[in-house]
Amino acid sequence: MHENAVAFDTWSVISLWTAIAVYALAFICYSMDLAKRSDSSIKQRDRELAVVGGAPVAAAPADEPVAHTNNVMARIGTTLTGIAFLLHLVAVILRGIGDGHVPWSSMYEFAMTSTMLFTAVYLGALFWKDLRFVGAFMTGLVTLLLGAASMPNIYAPITPLSDPLKSNWLVIHVFVASLATAFLALSFALSVLQLLQTRRERLVGEAPERDEKKNLLRTIPSSENLESLAYRVAIIGFIFWTFTLIAGAIWAQDAWGRYWGFDTKEVWTFIIWVLYAGYIHARATRGWRGTRSAWLSIVGFAAVLFNYMIVNVFFDGLHSYAGLPD
Amino acid sequence: MSTSRSENDPKRPADHYDAAPSAAGVNDPKLGVVGWLRWGWRQLTSMRTAIVLLLLLAVAAIPGSIFPQRSADPNGVVQWRSDNPDWFDLVDKLQLFDVYSSAWFSAIYLLLFVSLIGCILPRTKHHLKALRQKPPRTPARLNRLADFREETVAAEPEAALEAAEKRLKRLGYRTERYGSSVSAERGYLRETGNLVFHAALVGVLICVGIGGQVKYTGQSVIVEGETFVNSLINYSSMNKGRLVGDDALTPYSMTLDSFDVSYVPFGQSGSGQAGDFSANVTIRDTDGGEESGSVRVNHPLGVHGDDIYLLGNGYAPTITVKNADGEVVFKRSVPFLPSSDKNLTSTGVVKVPDGLDEQLGLIGFFYPTAAELESGALTSGYADLYNPVLTFRAYVGDLGIDDGVPRSVYELDPSGMTEIAGPDSEVTSLQLTPGETVELPGGRGSITFEDETPEGADLSKIGLTESVKRFVSLQVHHDGTKLWVLAFAILIVGGLITALLVPRRRMWVKVTADGEGSRVEYAGLARGEDPAIRRAVDDFADAHTSELR
Repeated sequence: MHENAVAFDTWSVISLWTAIAVYALAFICYSMDLAKRSDSSIKQRDRELAVVGGAPVAAAPADEPVAHTNNVMARIGTTLTGIAFLLHLVAVILRGIGDGHVPWSSMYEFAMTSTMLFTAVYLGALFWKDLRFVGAFMTGLVTLLLGAASMPNIYAPITPLSDPLKSNWLVIHVFVASLATAFLALSFALSVLQLLQTRRERLVGEAPERDEKKNLLRTIPSSENLESLAYRVAIIGFIFWTFTLIAGAIWAQDAWGRYWGFDTKEVWTFIIWVLYAGYIHARATRGWRGTRSAWLSIVGFAAVLFNYMIVNVFFDGLHSYAGLPD
Repeated sequence: MSTSRSENDPKRPADHYDAAPSAAGVNDPKLGVVGWLRWGWRQLTSMRTAIVLLLLLAVAAIPGSIFPQRSADPNGVVQWRSDNPDWFDLVDKLQLFDVYSSAWFSAIYLLLFVSLIGCILPRTKHHLKALRQKPPRTPARLNRLADFREETVAAEPEAALEAAEKRLKRLGYRTERYGSSVSAERGYLRETGNLVFHAALVGVLICVGIGGQVKYTGQSVIVEGETFVNSLINYSSMNKGRLVGDDALTPYSMTLDSFDVSYVPFGQSGSGQAGDFSANVTIRDTDGGEESGSVRVNHPLGVHGDDIYLLGNGYAPTITVKNADGEVVFKRSVPFLPSSDKNLTSTGVVKVPDGLDEQLGLIGFFYPTAAELESGALTSGYADLYNPVLTFRAYVGDLGIDDGVPRSVYELDPSGMTEIAGPDSEVTSLQLTPGETVELPGGRGSITFEDETPEGADLSKIGLTESVKRFVSLQVHHDGTKLWVLAFAILIVGGLITALLVPRRRMWVKVTADGEGSRVEYAGLARGEDPAIRRAVDDFADAHTSELR
């Protein structure tokens, strides 16, 4: 604990609240972009029709989404997300300096750091693929989780680390768990879109004229591509989750004298692992690929959120480090 | 199931999306016993069954987080019983207090593992063979493959082919020439990782199963300055596997020399929080060897293959009881169990069966830093010893320990005894501070709360903080299989990473003479998830053609 812990924490909180406000703005911009996407899904088609002089054009290849050129709101959204991320990072670092240890030892700190990783993973993924269509979801989720964590019934002031948490495994186990959660969140968003896209594709298959309708889904990748993206993000999350489970077991062996004891949090970590194992198998199984496997990914992430929030607050167990006010 | 190797490698369950649909079982409506068995086995080892079993396993694990489990929280089960007496028997019959050893949970994971073994054994055999085989023949018409590309280069066909083969080898492909074409395959590690991952899961399960038979866990309580001898009878509780013999424990002794703890001072954030616990012990072997060490949270002490963990700590006030003639009839440091209160209000029991006219029982409360509530009752305001106070309710009569029924040393049932000091008697509870002695009512004798402050200590510095001894609760744990479990866990992670991230792909390069130069066809085929196959073919074609230009 730093001698000026309170001052560091105060500045950390100020920075965090500013970050929340900027995240909220980014969320608004991304939402406006989604609205614009509906429009451009029409205008772009009109332009194509105009180019060929009104002659009916062959249906665009199913793989190619309609180009979304007027994406100024998305660009502003991404810039704001970047600014919010920096403020968020400053908040986490200040809290860490005040703590004198890694800033993920209470539920408040864990929420603060893991949501920062949510944003980091999202921004990092933008270098890989243009996934700005999940920007509204990611910034919205982070705004909500951070807002909830800053409420007085979750916020915990800086206190010295309790003995069970004085371990290098705190650094590794909890950090990797947060990172896994971040990847699984992104995968969840892509799986939800996949389901919506599958539905649209089915309707278009039944009545091709529907394809001309205004729909923001026309500007995002096909359900098959979304599924592939979701899967590739999820397997990274799953590898980190496996590592979390094993690192946790090694720590438990040192701290509690057994590597596995079906503590509530252990049970839920295991359930999540099994659900995602099911998802990965489903991806490779005839009859389960596609919609069914997407549902597994969604159920898996619901379990992650349950483990993250409900289990911490309402279940008894050895992992009761939430540090919630009495 | 008679698909050729090139169509079905790695070997996969019939319902793998990449596997050729099987016609077996459809054409022959009459299945014999063997046929049915084969059909059942194929169902059990199919991907579909594996998924359903995985989902069942996830669902079956949930009740264990809702109902208290005997293995993790036995007191919770007792509590549940008193809260829901009507439901207890039913819930217990459904094994909901022992979910993870229940028949239904075991059935699911055993089926899952049988399915798993049934899948990996043939795949391992197949993979071992594949590892020794050459890449498959080049398909006659490469342009039928999805990831295909054609270029013309100025180089001679033979030179172009040689350059392609060299480049493929450098990229880690295994290559084979078939006429004017090269066939190449890479990523065998993907299937290896997959098999290692699944085999390591089986390994963990076997180790855990064996571990349950050969491990033991015991708990003991030691007061500062006292010695514990490592043998079965000295443990307050002991769980041991079936294969642990009575002579399995190494006969060493362990003395608790001191117990360190520090507290966050008043006025600071987290005031009163205790930490830096350290139980400093000396271990003595039967052959006279002596060794000292400390047991700390997160840092168990290894002694003769056992690991010793610090589970808890508390105060053990030293109490002396004398009879009416002034003879000592009881003198011991009695461990008082802390309540859940972080300021360590603790309760303890003293039983004096002999030496007095009647048996004497005392139920005590200990307050390390006593403070008075408005109601007049005492409470503890801090966990360290600033104002230690001990209070007793005293009972005389039959302690119930002579009839051979085992009784907990931490509990006293005063029903059937007469209260001589306490709220329900004429005399109020006995109250003592360190060094103080009070008379038992009715001239029965006296009780002393001994001051254990070391002689010669500077009282102006330490005050009363060393006036009461502390005790630790230690767990001794031995599990010879834990390193095996760790080894398999490492294989799980390693196997998973290679199985999910290494792409398995085939590449073909076919060259035909075309005037002065050559026409080169490139084609790739993904074996399993491989989103980058298109790029791999393009990158290879670009590099190869630019090399030949």
